[in-house]
Amino acid sequence: MALSGLDIYKLLPKTNCRECGFVTCLAFAMQLVKRQALPEKCPYLSEQAKSALDAASRPPIKLVVIGEGEDKLEIGNETVMFRHEEKFHHPTGLGFIIEDGLSSEEILKTVNKINALSFERIGCLLRPNLIAIKQNGDASVFAAAVKLVKEHTNLGLVLISKDASAQRSALEIAACGKPLIYGLDKNNLEAFTKLAVEFKVPLVVSLQDLSELSAVAGKLIAQGVEDLILDTGNKNIAEKIWDLTQIRRRGLYRSERSLGFPTIVTIEDSADRFDPILEAATYIAKYAGVVLIKANEPWQALSLLTLRQNIYTDPQRPLQVESKLYPIGNTSDKSPVLITTNFSLSYYTVLGEVEASKIPAYIMTIDTEGMSVLTAWAAEKFTPESISAAIDKYGLKEQVCHKQLVIPGYVAVMSGKLEDACGWQVAVGPKEASGIPSFLKNLQL
Amino acid sequence: MAELVYQKWSGKINETIIGAGPLSIKIGAEEGLPFLFKEGKIPNQPRIAFEVWDIAPADWPDELAGQYKDVFNNPLEWAGKCVQEYQAQAICLRLQGAHPDFGNKSAEEEARLIKDLLKALDVPLIILGCGDDNKDNEVLPVCSQAASGKRCLIGSAVGDNYRTLAVAVLADGHSIIAESPIDINIAKQLNILISDMGIPLERIVINPTIGALGYGLEYAYSIMERARLAALAGDKMMAMPFICFVGQETWRAKEAKAGEKEFPQWGPEAERGVAWESVTAVALLQAGADLLVMRHPKAIDCVRKYIEVSFKDNI
Ligand code: SF4
Repeated sequence: MALSGLDIYKLLPKTNCRECGFVTCLAFAMQLVKRQALPEKCPYLSEQAKSALDAASRPPIKLVVIGEGEDKLEIGNETVMFRHEEKFHHPTGLGFIIEDGLSSEEILKTVNKINALSFERIGCLLRPNLIAIKQNGDASVFAAAVKLVKEHTNLGLVLISKDASAQRSALEIAACGKPLIYGLDKNNLEAFTKLAVEFKVPLVVSLQDLSELSAVAGKLIAQGVEDLILDTGNKNIAEKIWDLTQIRRRGLYRSERSLGFPTIVTIEDSADRFDPILEAATYIAKYAGVVLIKANEPWQALSLLTLRQNIYTDPQRPLQVESKLYPIGNTSDKSPVLITTNFSLSYYTVLGEVEASKIPAYIMTIDTEGMSVLTAWAAEKFTPESISAAIDKYGLKEQVCHKQLVIPGYVAVMSGKLEDACGWQVAVGPKEASGIPSFLKNLQL
Repeated sequence: MAELVYQKWSGKINETIIGAGPLSIKIGAEEGLPFLFKEGKIPNQPRIAFEVWDIAPADWPDELAGQYKDVFNNPLEWAGKCVQEYQAQAICLRLQGAHPDFGNKSAEEEARLIKDLLKALDVPLIILGCGDDNKDNEVLPVCSQAASGKRCLIGSAVGDNYRTLAVAVLADGHSIIAESPIDINIAKQLNILISDMGIPLERIVINPTIGALGYGLEYAYSIMERARLAALAGDKMMAMPFICFVGQETWRAKEAKAGEKEFPQWGPEAERGVAWESVTAVALLQAGADLLVMRHPKAIDCVRKYIEVSFKDNI
């Protein structure tokens, strides 16, 4: 639970000795609340004060890291139930499952396929995060598969096996990459705890029942195992949503430390190509820290990664591009000039169509604080005045020898006023970006 | 050890009935957040309507158009195919052909089509105008009258053009779609204006204006969550079910339309388009969608199965 400035002040020595760098204990307390100072700055804190401050500063849902290096995955540290309340912080890790029983060639082929899943959307690179190796046969086969995968990917690994000795042999090969071990249940609790401590790797706790899950996680915390991820096993969609919601609520609203961890969901394999994707989409929207799935076709990955991008976009700060004049292709002073907003989606949609048209053109983005064309127009950020100002600011006159602008079809109503304001001739483009190629082909400058 | 956290809500979503016969559907009436069956009653499954046009759509991508090519030019057969072959629970007829740029069909022509459709169909009918305010104000009242007593859902009323439609819908016993541009305040204001015209609240359905997956989905997602939370907290002017035009938005998205030749790294378009439409739908269901208007039969089938599986043992 968060402490107030006064709560914290009560924990301090109240001697105003200034050794913390602040004039009074109260001033120091006020900085602690804002997290602008560290408790360690005061040399006179009692043990009780230290642990109280520690608990208060602990995030309600722990940040857990899987993998290492540039491709490591960070999940947890979430603060809200609904994205509009603030934002969702750490995008759901998407991982693909490979069975260890496949031949080496098949494993390699799958690994390479997963490595290649990479899509650029509105200026961001979308990629999966994890490869999970699932044990079916004996320990040596599992370890060999883990070794093979590790040698061929930078993605973080998940080791799926209930067999502690198989996990051990895999960890001896892969522990340095901080894999996630997934397979702990009531029966192998001790052995798995030992593995997590010994190899310093994060651990999934799987139990169907929430109170049992909380109890076991509590025991693990007491033993110093704190990089935990929670799983409630295979259930129907509605029950799963309930579990994920409860875990998030109990972490956030009840500060229940033993449920204050990110979650993982494994999607049951299915013969249907769509069902698993719809299930995975559900848990991306509803609080899962990691989703593991077998379906790894590009169209399946693309739709899930795009949903993740949508849900985890900061609602207070829409994705924006710099507002400026962008030359696209081999532009000359005769190239047309298209106007749009600096909302990423608007810009990249227009960009895609201009590129597809193969006609070199300028795109001038107006600073609308990331609002789309219609919204910005309604909010009076996308106006004849702001466009005129941009023409001067970006020196459009020096770039092109003509005096014509193309505006989005949705704001056709402003064309007269815009012509008056800037003295340029205004052509009304299509409403939908998809009409741009044919529009550009017929445009007379 | 802490207990389960239940959230108690004082408000409840209105229940809207669409259709007059034995196959009429009920949407809304939730007493809690989507899919949290243990917290509040969710008596009605979200429903899916097949989108049918009065003219052959010119801009539907091949993968989609191909599903209906044998019936594309005949709305009666098209709707019939949706019901017989795909077990459609509702039909959403878009009167695109009334648009001055797309055929300019007369109000009488459209009303005749509505009459024929209602005679041929047992499932509920949703009727959409062509989007041209003047023409819609001419056509929709006549269509509304032609469907009098059939409890259709008709749209869309918007902030600066709702009166004509509201008057017709009220007189003929239908419900109305209130459309607002991804803005919770405008949505609420429009509901107030429409209810001031005398339309009971349970005959208003909100169209929050959605974006497809990758195209602003998250804006509608959060507006819907906010509206739903406000409604459950007791705001009666937000307590309407949501209708979401999933098909219309999805099939404009490049990722749903573009061929594999153009984007080999995206995989085959047949699956991609269906995935795009069904993932958009599922995400919106998570935000509280009650009625989805969709296009591809395979996507509709997937989402319907998803809803049925989730609701199994839960009602
Ligand atoms: S060092 Fe500690 S005791 Fe001294 S002023 Fe700062 S908070 Fe107070």
